[in-house]
Amino acid sequence: MSDETANGNAQTDRPTGFKRFARAVGLLRESRIGMIGAFLVCFWILVALLAPILPVKDPLSQDAAALLKPWLTSMPDGAFYWLGTDDRGRDILSRLVWGSRLVLFWSAAATIVAYAVGMMLGVIAGYRGGWWDEIISFFGNVLLSFPLMVLYLVILTNFGPSSNFGRLLSDRLGLDPIVVSGVIIIVAVTFGTAPAVARIVRGLVLDLKTRDYIAAAEVRGETPLYIMLVELLPNARGPLIVDGCLRLGYVIITIALLGYLALGLPPPDPDWGKMISDAQKFGSFGMNAMLWPAFAISSLVLGLNLLADGLREISLRD
Amino acid sequence: MLALAAKRLGSMILIMLTISFILFVIFEGDKLNLAQKVLGQYSTMDQRLKWVEQQGLNAPFLTRYFEWVWNFVRGDMGTSLQLSAPVSELVWSHLKNTILLAGCVFTITVSISLVMGVLSGIAEGSFRDRAITVASVLTTSVPEFASATFLVAIFVFWLDWLPGTSPFSNGVALNELVLPVMVLVLYNFGYYTRMTRASMAEVITSQYVRTAILKGLPFKQVVMKHALRNALIAPFTVMILQLNYLLSGVIVVEVFFSYKGFGKLLYDASLFGDIYMVEACTMVAVFVAVLSQFISDVGYTMLNPRIRFS
Repeated sequence: MSDETANGNAQTDRPTGFKRFARAVGLLRESRIGMIGAFLVCFWILVALLAPILPVKDPLSQDAAALLKPWLTSMPDGAFYWLGTDDRGRDILSRLVWGSRLVLFWSAAATIVAYAVGMMLGVIAGYRGGWWDEIISFFGNVLLSFPLMVLYLVILTNFGPSSNFGRLLSDRLGLDPIVVSGVIIIVAVTFGTAPAVARIVRGLVLDLKTRDYIAAAEVRGETPLYIMLVELLPNARGPLIVDGCLRLGYVIITIALLGYLALGLPPPDPDWGKMISDAQKFGSFGMNAMLWPAFAISSLVLGLNLLADGLREISLRD
Repeated sequence: MLALAAKRLGSMILIMLTISFILFVIFEGDKLNLAQKVLGQYSTMDQRLKWVEQQGLNAPFLTRYFEWVWNFVRGDMGTSLQLSAPVSELVWSHLKNTILLAGCVFTITVSISLVMGVLSGIAEGSFRDRAITVASVLTTSVPEFASATFLVAIFVFWLDWLPGTSPFSNGVALNELVLPVMVLVLYNFGYYTRMTRASMAEVITSQYVRTAILKGLPFKQVVMKHALRNALIAPFTVMILQLNYLLSGVIVVEVFFSYKGFGKLLYDASLFGDIYMVEACTMVAVFVAVLSQFISDVGYTMLNPRIRFS
């Protein structure tokens, strides 16, 4: 490192990955709401990662003696339920903990896929222009004309696990039902999210492609693929990171919502949205079992939104 | 101006046609699948083939599609498989309730968020501004079904003031409308407020507003007469565009509260596999979305003199 700087090469002024990360964290510390957001998000990520070693009960084990108990219930047989139990006598705390793995995994996967597709389409539409742009933008507009829930209903009821297509996946290919639902949810979220991402990326690329370094790359004879992936996309990352945080929040809401509407991941795995709809049938008796998942999802989405706000605040500053 | 409207109208119709074609392929592309949906899981192949024959479904695909579009435009949307009544009547009667819900939500949300957005935008960085911003982030982070849970816990089970469902069994009841409206207003007002705030904050720092203040006009008058008009152009388009998202939220809230509306109708029909109903509801939803886009585009041009006169 030191002899490199001695060369006075401008390239080496760029700090290494770790240092840049540390600098970003340092900057984030200046934004109070950003820190609160980061704390909430880290909390749920830690919970999800540590679920197997946390001292919680089995999220699927049922206790017939303890149905829909309120929080801080201790049973005569010595069992203690911090947050109470649901309608099958399952521990709500452990279902929340294990449910966080599900919701974080599938929403992160769905967001990544939707982003990858959206960025590719956006960069092609913006860089190539012409017919590519016309066609991509038109189909983007078609998809954006669907109210999101309507789009999800159409996709998931026609291609979901219980449809012919879903059965094909599970029977012919022998996929796990949870994988089948997950994949179809990812596809649905991609259809719902990628057009909006593509539109943003297209706008950014239209601006970036007039820069000198793109002209330089073209003169160097780089392939369009190289220019799109190496020159254009990395330089559009700033706004995309903020947008990604917000959108991950929406996707988490979407996945929990699909669980609530009985279109999500199959039972008995703990799904936060499904926990709410299961308990809702029991009126005031189910209130306790409804409240905790509602708190969990709200805190996670709030964390992401605050983090996005903090990041935006920082990115506007410099 | 007219040319723009015509162009937008053209693309609106093109989008509607594309979507209707996609829907037709998904729902009615496979004749035997359609027959199975209509006649039930346990119908025999003979029955299905006979039904296909009877309905004249052996015609070429495109003929069937255009026939379907033509019937649809004339208002003949078929008969609901689940409720055994004409789809168009059911859609219309449920749509009225949804328009009531969405209308209340839209009016209340817009008035609250305009006031809040202007109040926080004219004093950027003040305590009031920060409080309003935090409140709008908080409420936007709570998804509709979670905030519905919280509100039901408070107003239904704790205070016992309101009913927890809205089936409208004895006609439209105001107390059954309160909670659904409240949930949607809470979720939506944050976004509108932030848009208004951003727009107001930009206008208030512009040269002409500074001139107005410096020449000694009262601040209130500057805001109300000079700044507000320009500051409302961007939020107007956003609010109209947001109708699309409002519609998504309406579906969730209607399911949560068993509200007798369009969203619940669509949801039930989707789960049941009531093809004709799903087609009709989806097309109506898409129509609303596309129309709102059209109004927003044309409205933006009409409101913005810089574009209007160029």
